[in-house]
Amino acid sequence: MKDIRKILEERILVLDGAMGTMLQRHKFTEEDFRGERFKDWSVSVQGNNDLLSITQPEAIKEVHRLYFEAGADIVETNTFSGTTIAMADYEMEELVYELNFQSAKIAKEVADEFTAKEPNKPRFVAGSIGPTNRTASMSPDVNDPGFRAVTFDELRIAYKQQVEALIDGGSDILLVETIFDTLNAKAALFAIEEVKDERSIEIPVMVSGTITDASGRTLSGQTAEAFLISVSHIPMLSIGFNCALGANQLTPHLEVLAQKANFCVSAHPNAGLPNAFGEYDESPEQMATQIKEYMDKSLVNIIGGCCGTTPEHIKAIAELAADYKPRTLAVESF
Amino acid sequence: MENSSSNLSIESAQQSTRKYLKLSGLEPMIVSAETNFINVGERTNVAGSRKFLRLVKEERFDEALDVARHQVEGGAQVIDINMDDGLIDGKEAMVRFLNLIMAEPDIARVPIMIDSSKWDIIEAGLQVVQGKCVVNSISLKEGEEEFIAHAKKIKKYGAAVIIMAFDEVGQADNYERRIEISKRSYDILVDQINFPPEDIIFDLNIFPVATGMEEHRKNAIDFIEATRWVRENLPHCSVSGGVSNVSFSFRGNNPVREAMHSVFLYHAIKAGMNMGIVNPAMLEIYDDIPKDLLVHVEDVILDRRDDATERLLDFAETVVGTSKEKTADLSWREESLQDRITRALVKGIDQYIVEDVEEARQQAEKPIEVIEGNLMTGMNVVGDLFGSGKMFLPQVVKSARVMKKAVAHLLPYIEEEKKKNAPQPPKGEQYWKTADPTLYGLLKEYAKKMRNQPTDAESYLWKALSGKKLNGYEFERQHIIGTYIADFICLKENLIVEVDGAIHQLPENKSSDKERTQWLESEGYKVIRFTNEEVIHELDVVLDKILEELKKTPPLGMKGAGKVLMATVKGDVHDIGKNIVSVVLGCNNYEIVDMGVMVPPEKIIQTAIDEQVDIIGLSGLITPSLDEMVFLAKEMERRNFKVPLLIGGATTSKAHTAVKIDPQYQNAVVHVNDASRAVTVVGDLLNKRSNQKYVGDLKEDYEKFRVGFLKRTKKKEYLSIKEARKNKYTIDWTSSQVTKPNRLGIEVIEDQELRKLESFIDWTPFFRSWDLHGKYPAILTDDIVGEQATSLFNDAQKLLQKVLDEKLLGAKAIYGLFEANTISDDDIEVTSEDTIITFRTLRQQLKKHAGKPNFALSDFIAPKESGIQDYIGCFCVTTGFGTKELAEAFEKDLDDYNSIMIKALADRLAEAFAEYLHKKVRMDDWGYAAGEELTNQELIKESYKGIRPAPGYPACPDHLEKIAIWELLRVKEKIGVELTESLAMWPAASVSGYYFGNSEARYFGLGKIKEDQVKDFANRKNVGFEYAKKWLNPNILDQ
Repeated sequence: MKDIRKILEERILVLDGAMGTMLQRHKFTEEDFRGERFKDWSVSVQGNNDLLSITQPEAIKEVHRLYFEAGADIVETNTFSGTTIAMADYEMEELVYELNFQSAKIAKEVADEFTAKEPNKPRFVAGSIGPTNRTASMSPDVNDPGFRAVTFDELRIAYKQQVEALIDGGSDILLVETIFDTLNAKAALFAIEEVKDERSIEIPVMVSGTITDASGRTLSGQTAEAFLISVSHIPMLSIGFNCALGANQLTPHLEVLAQKANFCVSAHPNAGLPNAFGEYDESPEQMATQIKEYMDKSLVNIIGGCCGTTPEHIKAIAELAADYKPRTLAVESF
Repeated sequence: MENSSSNLSIESAQQSTRKYLKLSGLEPMIVSAETNFINVGERTNVAGSRKFLRLVKEERFDEALDVARHQVEGGAQVIDINMDDGLIDGKEAMVRFLNLIMAEPDIARVPIMIDSSKWDIIEAGLQVVQGKCVVNSISLKEGEEEFIAHAKKIKKYGAAVIIMAFDEVGQADNYERRIEISKRSYDILVDQINFPPEDIIFDLNIFPVATGMEEHRKNAIDFIEATRWVRENLPHCSVSGGVSNVSFSFRGNNPVREAMHSVFLYHAIKAGMNMGIVNPAMLEIYDDIPKDLLVHVEDVILDRRDDATERLLDFAETVVGTSKEKTADLSWREESLQDRITRALVKGIDQYIVEDVEEARQQAEKPIEVIEGNLMTGMNVVGDLFGSGKMFLPQVVKSARVMKKAVAHLLPYIEEEKKKNAPQPPKGEQYWKTADPTLYGLLKEYAKKMRNQPTDAESYLWKALSGKKLNGYEFERQHIIGTYIADFICLKENLIVEVDGAIHQLPENKSSDKERTQWLESEGYKVIRFTNEEVIHELDVVLDKILEELKKTPPLGMKGAGKVLMATVKGDVHDIGKNIVSVVLGCNNYEIVDMGVMVPPEKIIQTAIDEQVDIIGLSGLITPSLDEMVFLAKEMERRNFKVPLLIGGATTSKAHTAVKIDPQYQNAVVHVNDASRAVTVVGDLLNKRSNQKYVGDLKEDYEKFRVGFLKRTKKKEYLSIKEARKNKYTIDWTSSQVTKPNRLGIEVIEDQELRKLESFIDWTPFFRSWDLHGKYPAILTDDIVGEQATSLFNDAQKLLQKVLDEKLLGAKAIYGLFEANTISDDDIEVTSEDTIITFRTLRQQLKKHAGKPNFALSDFIAPKESGIQDYIGCFCVTTGFGTKELAEAFEKDLDDYNSIMIKALADRLAEAFAEYLHKKVRMDDWGYAAGEELTNQELIKESYKGIRPAPGYPACPDHLEKIAIWELLRVKEKIGVELTESLAMWPAASVSGYYFGNSEARYFGLGKIKEDQVKDFANRKNVGFEYAKKWLNPNILDQ
């Protein structure tokens, strides 16, 4: 299979859209989430989307298939909450390895199907590594700003387990995403470097932060450039932003990365901002019009969608991206 | 400067490929060719800022955050944070402070420099900061292996790093060595581990110039040239350094220092230095430096002439700034008398004080006016300056010396005046002295009436007092004072005696008893009251009490602000701190009842009652003293005391005071470890108007602190002693090198030559004992205390040389090396020629992170079952013989300053002796480190192999083990150093301890232990549980 770095020099790659939005269409019940294997599980597991990779693998595979059909080059594994820290809510810490391994395995199966059909357009699997539900550089207790609910080491150990399983399951790329606290991401990246060292392997790493609101900063307070500098010690495949904002609101921050980063730049924005009912209602066409601006300004190398986006959105984006040259990397030689 | 211009063109040519150091807090910071110079803030460094150290120690993190905020607001582009201090848990403080900073966006916007000599603190810091930090610092000092391991970790954490020009051989101090070490460090980092070269910052060591030593001449130019070489030959890296060092030899002369900094920076920046620690206040604008000064300074910095130093020294005399006191300048002698007296007090100059005071006396009507007027005016200035932080402790003690000399001169005249003015029989005139003139007519009428209608009790008492019947003291009755009439008064001693609990007064002028007494006391009278009953039935007792009051000498000619009892508690002999507080309070008009050292509690209680003191101050240095203080607080409560209790001394802490002492006593308990605070605290405690609120707040504060402290300490987990032993530190005895001492047995040094110890002195603690905080020698150039520290240091040197020249102190030592093996985990069996003794060690019980052992000293000696014969040493040194006599001689000469100084010096010499002897033992007697070559700085940093822990200190806080050492070495018999009942050593300037020679032996803190170990310890030692508990109390975990 052709090296992804080579392909990135030639064209803009397309990442998939939302997994959750697609799964909502199935209206899975508690029983569906549990399946046969977890029918007697002591706590409710409805909403544990990652679990569906084990109990409803066909539904997950179907989502991957739809995105590849829409034109995506890369799909993300269904592992956004696949750490012991995030799984504690469902008392499923023991299942973390299996969840990640299975998710990567089924995504890879679908990717291989498509690559076989269309060998000149190889398809990739990105192991998705979410932020967990705790922050390492902020206190959840307003009365005690010095308090921390999770330590760097706790995060590092949890991430390391997820990373190992994602690689074992066949991920081609690791994607540390939706980073609202850079310190969490640094722990994940530290874990990835450890695994790389221990196994003497190379695996491309994508890093994607989240600018939470109009302040233009991450939840932990960093500007786009400070965020970039804070993670630049890792030889990343790409750096970018996803979630929280629609394509329009994200533009100024992508401009910063496009100008300063010596890595590829990625973006997978939401389908606009949520409406009064918490739904994302930007149409594929609307979103594509905004993303055209990215292309015209040559801001990105990888483009996809986050919350609220569907195969239709990805199709519109993929068609657009096909007409543009990728952003060229900043001057510095590697 | 041909070089630098060509450098610029290279830089622009390389623009496209040049990589820049990029750091981040919440915002980015990029060190590019356009950035002038990155200024690193260093006030958040416990080693550099006394204030910051204190705030961290007292856990006043809000204020510590303000220090950081001010720096950022003041333009620091990076803030250096350092928590390396023996009394702070550095790791915990670093993490806590960084976590708090992260919650302050106006501070967290700049990048952090994590500064520590300890790797675990650095790593803990790296784990809590999201931005890209700078690690300060690592070096090749401990070899390549450690260097590479740390650099790899730093790379994974995503930080830049400062590399010190330091290697296995030592610190780079010339051009070639700087290049050699930086090149080697760079090559290892870049080639071997692929460290980004732009993330490397070299600290090439800025050393002082113009020191007068030939080898220091090129210090600045070597740095500058090495900087140029590094920037040209080691692509992409940065160069940093601490600038103020360069002008070290001109401390005290700020204009010259400022010029030196500017000139140095001007050339260093041109050569490529792009980062550093510079105090903006100590920087002259390069162009504003007067041309002649500039030439002289550049000659020195650039080493352009052989006589550059001499020429600058000469020239410096002409540019001495206002900050430098020129001793030869006597123009102040022309000023007014009051100004001269004030100046003498403020500057601590005693040369002319007698002359000036005599002049004042001749001008004054009464000699007492000189004290109340001239001298108090001067002392008020001293008090204000001290209170506002503009004067430092040693200066105040010097002021006290001047004051004492002045008062001593006046005292005979005052006595004479008293005799002359001995109260005359009451005749009209006398009344005018004390009566309110507007009311005098009315009062006189009323007084006359009262005198004619005395109560039975009054008549009875008057019979006993009239006609100087009471030991010759003259009393008057119905005496008018202000608007009041006193029943009886002894005018000479200002004592008022009231019968029936009321001072008679005009009916239209009624006010409460309390108000009256307060007013009279504020006028300097003492009031005692008796009931009619007492006078009639117990006249003897009443007369005794009156006599007792009369005999008490009133405060020296002044209306005392209050009476303070000061004592070092039972069993403890250390009194430097206590004496300083006494002197400072004395200067502020308090009467001091100094009970000295080793004062038993019952004596303190009795004296407090007899003297009717207003405050009791307790001091102690060794840990058993803490329990003595608790005991005294209990005793004060039992005896229904109301006066505040002050706690101070090296082992005391706010935590101990809040948790252990405060709950024992209902009234005020205050921890005062800083003489400068003592004055305000005592003032607040004795302020009758507001002290109730103050004490209430104080109690509340300690309560809060206590609750917080107990909550916090509960979080830690402890192992049983059994579990702790399982997790002991294990040395691989099969491979560990055990060296047999060259000489086994006991040696005595009868008369150590003191001069040999001089170079072993660690001066930093000396300054601390004077409340000047900071590391020597940096403290001499500190922005705030530097000038004062320098002056103190000069005085200390003067006295030290005298001591050395005249051999004023007696130094003796005894030490021994013995066969030893560990038995049953925690005991060390020691075999000497004629006896076998067992040292009992204590083991850490705090639950550690995986892989971290629970230490006991016994872990460093081979266990018996290993079959390997191991060895141990122990020692006692003293330099204290003669201290007491010298101190007393100074005191007799009214020189408290030197009395404290000699004690502080003796302490330093004792520590130096311990260091000297340890070296001798390492290299010669034991000989396991025969080839060792360490500088004094490295000795202070304890870089040597093997340790010398002392009973009573963190690794072995159990003082009882001293008894074992005394028994083994027969210390008392051989060199005369004794143990007090609290096991303090006497003379105080003594040090004792063990020697452990294994290369893996290390210092550690025992921390808290659990009762199971106390029980086990009591069994092993064959002592009662309660006895063991009493001695180990400060270390026992609260259940």
